[in-house]
Amino acid sequence: MNSPAPILIRATGLTKKYEDFVAVNGIDFSVAKGDSFGFLGPNGAGKSTTMRIIAATLNRSSGSIEILGKDPELHGPQIRAHLGVVPQQDNLDQALTVTENLYVYGRYFGLPKKFIRAKIEELLEFAALEEKRDVKVEALSGGMKRRLTIARALISEPEILMLDEPTTGLDPQARHILWDRLFRLKEQGVTLLITTHYMDEAEQLCDRLIVMDKGSIMAEDSPSGLIKTYSTKEVLEVRFGSDKNALVAGELEALCERIEVLPDRILMYGEDGEHLLHTMKESGLQPLTSLVRRSSLEDVFLRLTGRSLIE
Amino acid sequence: MLVSAAVAIADARIGKYGERTFSGRPHTVMERSYIAFKSSAWIVVLSGFVEPLLYLFSFGYGLGKFIGTMNVGHGHVVTYAAYIAPALLATSAMNGAIYDSTFNVFWKIKFDRIYEGMLATSLGPLDVALGEIGWALLRGFAYAVGFTTVIVPMGLIQNWWGILAIPAAVLIAFGFAAIGMAITTYMNSFQQMNMIQVVMLPMFLFSGSFYPLSVYPHWTQEIIKALPLWHAITLVRSLTLGDISLGLLPHIAYFLVMIFLGLFFTTRRLTALFMR
Ligand SMILES: Nc1ncnc2c1ncn2[C@@H]1O[C@H](COP(=O)(O)OP(=O)(O)O)[C@@H](O)[C@H]1O
Ligand SMILES: [Mg+2]
Repeated sequence: MNSPAPILIRATGLTKKYEDFVAVNGIDFSVAKGDSFGFLGPNGAGKSTTMRIIAATLNRSSGSIEILGKDPELHGPQIRAHLGVVPQQDNLDQALTVTENLYVYGRYFGLPKKFIRAKIEELLEFAALEEKRDVKVEALSGGMKRRLTIARALISEPEILMLDEPTTGLDPQARHILWDRLFRLKEQGVTLLITTHYMDEAEQLCDRLIVMDKGSIMAEDSPSGLIKTYSTKEVLEVRFGSDKNALVAGELEALCERIEVLPDRILMYGEDGEHLLHTMKESGLQPLTSLVRRSSLEDVFLRLTGRSLIE
Repeated sequence: MLVSAAVAIADARIGKYGERTFSGRPHTVMERSYIAFKSSAWIVVLSGFVEPLLYLFSFGYGLGKFIGTMNVGHGHVVTYAAYIAPALLATSAMNGAIYDSTFNVFWKIKFDRIYEGMLATSLGPLDVALGEIGWALLRGFAYAVGFTTVIVPMGLIQNWWGILAIPAAVLIAFGFAAIGMAITTYMNSFQQMNMIQVVMLPMFLFSGSFYPLSVYPHWTQEIIKALPLWHAITLVRSLTLGDISLGLLPHIAYFLVMIFLGLFFTTRRLTALFMR
């Protein structure tokens, strides 16, 4: 029915080296208009580096990247005018109040004062910061600062909103408020680029994501597609005590599709976790604890890299 | 496709000279400084205005009583207060400019990461450099104007050419602000920053503020003549005395070079720090 959404960002063989260290290693990806696109990977995967290259504030070492058909190294200011950037570490203006932060940011884009003043009211409501409008930034909570940073990034009505670890360091309640705001933006058709090392965040927010590790892309798909390809429907987690886990591993392996032996527990992959538990008990193995759950992106990452997302 | 206002504004600069480093909006960076300044400590601002006056009263009128008059060549004989007033004017332009372009800039780079935020917008590094240097310059300018409005009624500037001391103060403040910010962008610690203070005070004391350079041996004179404050003082003093000649051009050129180098290295360093 509809023609496919236009591609806004296209990277091929994108590489960034810091001296001899390769932080981003020849990655390819493309982001279509309206996508909610995620970069999932542990610390040091190269997520922030990739984001900064897209945001036209870091030069690549090789490969190519086009944002709205332009090279960020040649058209930095023009590309940045399309983007709203929420960096990993907040860099709000500590000397200014909430509204002043929004105001000056709009001015940096060259927007007229009248336009900005109207926009500020809208954004204060969006970020639920009306009560804090004249408060200096340093008096805000972590969640409020993050919401203000997002509001600030929206002052120029960007087509693409880039969020580098939007909820790292926030408590669960603050995270959920933030996710809610990001959903609203997604509904409005804003293209979202999100990096995270939280698999639940990636599952909640992203339509499509790439799994990154050590500068490379390990896989790319929708969250459910990744789980389907790289994991089973369910997982049975069992503990036999840390000294025994390794001993029983051989026996367990025969019972299921795949097994991961972690220091404190064993993960058994299969279509039906309860059934797996049943057969295990029948063959005379009694775990200290057991838990059946659905597969998550964490399992995908473990399968792809042999390590867990959060070390 | 419908484009946002921000995009239309940025696209209007395509093809213009320096479009990658300059977006034509340093005034928005100055606007930010003005908003932050409105809620800042006024006592600090005021102290910069009062300082040269303290020197004027204690040295000019106190010490001046013992010194009497100074022969400044070309048949000019002036009171000691009138001798040091232009030097204090030049110095207050310098101090005002240095104030905002050094410690305040250092803080913004190292701790507040203000420029990182600015450079994530469609601003370029030259906008940030010009905006910050422009703001620092304004303070130097304000101090110079403030000082002038005090000394004119006191009869310390008796020559109409003295009006040119104001644009000269702008030039001087611009030069010091530009170099001050450029140096600051290369600094890594507060110890290094303190070096700036360590250089400034002796430069003030020995650059011909209080007595002519002729008291020094030749080689010392040559060193002092290489320093910016000597050029600033000589320029302003010549203007207030009405000694107008082509001989002033080298002093002006000195500051133009300072401005150019300061802007060049600040822009380059901001790019290196935040955009690569
Ligand atoms: N300026 C830099 N100089 C040298 N190494 C860097 C620099 N920035 C990042 N790195 C390294 O590059 C790798 C990727 O960093 P980053 O992109 O921040 O990862 P992520 O955001 O996924 O945690 C890390 O190993 C990091 O130490
Ligand atoms: Mg990161």
